[in-house]
Amino acid sequence: MLLEAKQIGFRYERDRWVLRGVDISIQSGEIVGLVGPSGFGKSTLCRILAGYEKPYEGQVLLDGAPLPASGFHPVQLVFQHPEKAVNPRWRMSRTLAEGGALDESLLGQLGIQQEWLGRFPNELSGGELQRFCVARALNPQTRFLLADEMTAMLDTITQAQIWQVVKEVARRENLGVLVISHEKNLIHRLCTRVVDLTITNEKT
Amino acid sequence: MTTQSGETPLLEVQDLCVSFVQYTSCLRQSTLQVINNLSVSIYPGEIVAVVGSSGSGKSLLAHAVLGILPGNASFSGVISYDGQALSPKRQAELRGREIALIPQSVNYLDPLMRVGKQVQTSVHAGNPRSRQREVFERYQLSPDVDKLFPFQLSGGMARRVLVSTALVSGARLVIADEPTPGLDDAAVAETLDYFRDLADQGCGVMLITHDIEAALKIADRIAVFYAGSTVEIAPVQDFAGEGEALRHPYTKALWRALPQNGFEPMPGSQPLPHELPAGCVFQPRCRQATSECSTERPAMRTVREGMVRCIHAT
Repeated sequence: MLLEAKQIGFRYERDRWVLRGVDISIQSGEIVGLVGPSGFGKSTLCRILAGYEKPYEGQVLLDGAPLPASGFHPVQLVFQHPEKAVNPRWRMSRTLAEGGALDESLLGQLGIQQEWLGRFPNELSGGELQRFCVARALNPQTRFLLADEMTAMLDTITQAQIWQVVKEVARRENLGVLVISHEKNLIHRLCTRVVDLTITNEKT
Repeated sequence: MTTQSGETPLLEVQDLCVSFVQYTSCLRQSTLQVINNLSVSIYPGEIVAVVGSSGSGKSLLAHAVLGILPGNASFSGVISYDGQALSPKRQAELRGREIALIPQSVNYLDPLMRVGKQVQTSVHAGNPRSRQREVFERYQLSPDVDKLFPFQLSGGMARRVLVSTALVSGARLVIADEPTPGLDDAAVAETLDYFRDLADQGCGVMLITHDIEAALKIADRIAVFYAGSTVEIAPVQDFAGEGEALRHPYTKALWRALPQNGFEPMPGSQPLPHELPAGCVFQPRCRQATSECSTERPAMRTVREGMVRCIHAT
């Protein structure tokens, strides 16, 4: 499968383009890095690819067709701050169920313990919560995973644990993965190819 | 206490324990101990980085030093500043004068006050206007920046304004809470330079971060937190190679899990405060654990120019 964004233009305010003329494509089975300084629209591009925002210009295509408007979204985004991506009033089992039917063995691989399922988000640490967010995004119908600073707030051990699982699932399920990170060493370690938004983005 | 034993530490925290009173159901209360026997010291001119994962008690340490723990918290242990034990009254006096906090988010600036004025309110000695200008000059903030409101600043400028606030106050101890996440390389390097600069002027700096790489770039010593306790305090040079010079197995695992050093994950996760294991808090995840490890909680001891809380460390 091929996820591609063609000539994307996006702005939050008039006359201030965040993205302009951006092209990016990700093949299934590929792990691509996306880099660029703060404010270059990395997160906005992710939101567009995952269908959270509609671009003003250009289009996002999955195997040549527009992204589905309903049903399970094949492009899933994992955010930097897990505590902002879960409902604070729900127990974790309910948050996990949002992602639909799930491969049970994944919980074990991610180190999610059974007793955490009955807890509320404020009873878990950031690293533990992020494991849930990753599990929720890795439904069997997911084709592409976008990791927007997914492990920036975590310690190195938890970071390595989560990426080991994501890499393994991506290999097995032939997922395409987009990694956004400021950490050069992480990008080098994970990615086969890197897209630099300072070159691709023609916003000004 | 450690390497520079001749001098008085600027800040010395000994056996700090912090606990919270919580309501479990209706009117039933329970006490949850979140920091156990934590000890750390900072000397003038030194940067000590406090690293550990979220929930290890890093920010609570900062709050305890400043005396701004929430009302349901209680603590024991001794916090001394300049050789004198701190009382709540003295903490209130020193806060913002001798001890300054650089908060983690630029949202802590007053959104309705021009930044020049804002920085001037922190000046305690001398002419506020000239003192503020002097410090802004040094951080390449031009005179027209004085008149801007926080929302008109870029992330990097806002960060320089926050650092200026600490600098003009004349504080001798600066506590920076997670100053780098989400910043790009250039901005991180710039922020870290400011701290080095503060230390070179004789301040003590406590840099609280989960980013071990940032810590290694500028710190003199690194204190590693795990489950509410210090497991190791090591000179920065020990973080090298395969981590042979490091003392605690958790510190070694942190080092080896870096993407450039093997990216090796270690199974398991940090225990939550109410489910701490018996004995050493790290013992369930430790490959070197023996039966003695689960009977008694190890004390902090000195091993080769550093300190460690592990009975097997050499």
